Amino acid sequence: MSSLSQALWVLLLGSLLGLELIGKVPPTLHTPLMSGANAISGITVLASLTLIAQADGNGALLMLGGLSLGFALFNVIGGFLVTDRMLAMFGGRKTKGAS
Amino acid sequence: MDFASYAIDLVAVLLLALGMKGLAKVRTARSANGLAALAMGLAVVGLLLQLQPGPTAWLWIAAGTAAGGIAGLITAQRVPMTAMPETVALFNGCGGMASLLVALGVALFQNEQADLVARISIVISVFVGAITFSGSIVAMAKLQGWLDTPDWTQSSLRHGLNISLAVACLAAGLALPADPAGWPLWGLVLASTLLGIGVTLPIGGADMPVVISLLNSYSGVAAAAAGFVVGSQLLIVAGAMVGAAGLILTQVMCTAMNRSLVSVLFGGALGAKAGGSVGGGGDEAGYTRIVSCSPEECAMALESAERVVFVPGYGLAVAQAQHALRELAKLLEANGAEVTYAIHPVAGRMPGHMNVLLAEADVPYEQLVEMDTINPEFPRTDVVIVLGANDVVNPDAKTDPSSPLYGMPVLEVDQARQVFVVKRSLGAGYAGIANALFELPQTAMVFGDAKAVLQQLCTELRSQGVGTKTPVAA
Repeated sequence: MSSLSQALWVLLLGSLLGLELIGKVPPTLHTPLMSGANAISGITVLASLTLIAQADGNGALLMLGGLSLGFALFNVIGGFLVTDRMLAMFGGRKTKGAS
Repeated sequence: MDFASYAIDLVAVLLLALGMKGLAKVRTARSANGLAALAMGLAVVGLLLQLQPGPTAWLWIAAGTAAGGIAGLITAQRVPMTAMPETVALFNGCGGMASLLVALGVALFQNEQADLVARISIVISVFVGAITFSGSIVAMAKLQGWLDTPDWTQSSLRHGLNISLAVACLAAGLALPADPAGWPLWGLVLASTLLGIGVTLPIGGADMPVVISLLNSYSGVAAAAAGFVVGSQLLIVAGAMVGAAGLILTQVMCTAMNRSLVSVLFGGALGAKAGGSVGGGGDEAGYTRIVSCSPEECAMALESAERVVFVPGYGLAVAQAQHALRELAKLLEANGAEVTYAIHPVAGRMPGHMNVLLAEADVPYEQLVEMDTINPEFPRTDVVIVLGANDVVNPDAKTDPSSPLYGMPVLEVDQARQVFVVKRSLGAGYAGIANALFELPQTAMVFGDAKAVLQQLCTELRSQGVGTKTPVAA
């Protein structure tokens, strides 16, 4: 079961990383940060792609995979674009920290 | 897994982590978002190189990509900034749905290959994915105003219902590994979906941002579980990262709103405890000493004011009055007044929402002042204009321990010399609580739509010659 213990280590370290990454966030950024993190959680696209690629011609499985890919990409693409739209409004002018 | 795939995965994880870190700082946020998007693209390309999908598979990949990509593109461009919390909820729900579908696919068609670990992961992925989906959709519907808070959800009946649903989930989850494609799977899907609805429905609109943030954390957990199902370490690490970071963000938001996560999740809607109407608004909440005034009188007060503070709230955004507000502010500046905007941490529908909305109307960033900075300034402020904000300026939060808002940090506008509250009616605020500010002697109500009132104020000021003496500065 070395692959399992490896996966569990990955889970643990990933969680610790997530806990450390976000310390102090200025309230200004709560909305965009939530939206950006949400886009990243669309990383499920990888699972959808794996499902499709390993479907072996099983029609129902291909359809489930395709559907899931659609949902996940909607999350990813919509999420990143909408975050960018929000953040673009903060840019352009001089932003001196979080004031 | 060959060396190249390893390298791509490692770089992708590194960029994702850097992107997430950068998103938490104003200066780097935008490029960090791009970086995270790049990392995601890299991970997808790396995986496709490794999987080498066949022609049929490519067809379905293309179809899914086109459908999801175009829908995402259009939604992201069309959605108004005021609807941002709902939009995040919708996206998030779809992410949860994706994890759910992957787990369903493996459970139904590939269960012979799935070992015990994969089967347990299927349970988690279905459970968390379904809750994320149904919870997010309910959150979206409530923020959009499509769903009210039904009265029965405020009784303790809901705890019994949710506990039974949770027990049903547990039973189905325990039975599933032995029979992955049978009734436990469908039972789990059904019970988790209902549980997501049952938990989210009783929560009041004011607390919804916290719920969305928490559900966002869940969708990370769902992704990590899907990673266990298909055996992808990159997915596990990224999912765990989002799950943990989402939890921290939820905590930060709770602190900003002075609410505890437990009371948000299990406490029901805020107004319910006050005995007020929940989500209804409408009633006049028993005010007795209300002074109302016309826009003309308000304009006269503004004309002689040297320091003016605007307190924008969600009502302003709903009326699409940001631009009219900016217009009025320019006139007052041309008249020699000092104009600032007081931003409560949860102004709008979630933390930071108001900053986005005002930035859209070209309000200079430096004029947006956060609560802790502006509160000491109110005593030397001549005129405060409250636009569509209510609970965040309620003085009861400081003085009345029986108020459900007690303890919440508020903007101390009651310290200012004169306060005008622009409001459509005397209906209760989003949390359904009466506002003591409205009855103070220095407060006058200007009834009307925020945009219409602001435009009248501009016209009135112009007719008095304000802003015409000196050219309007940009």
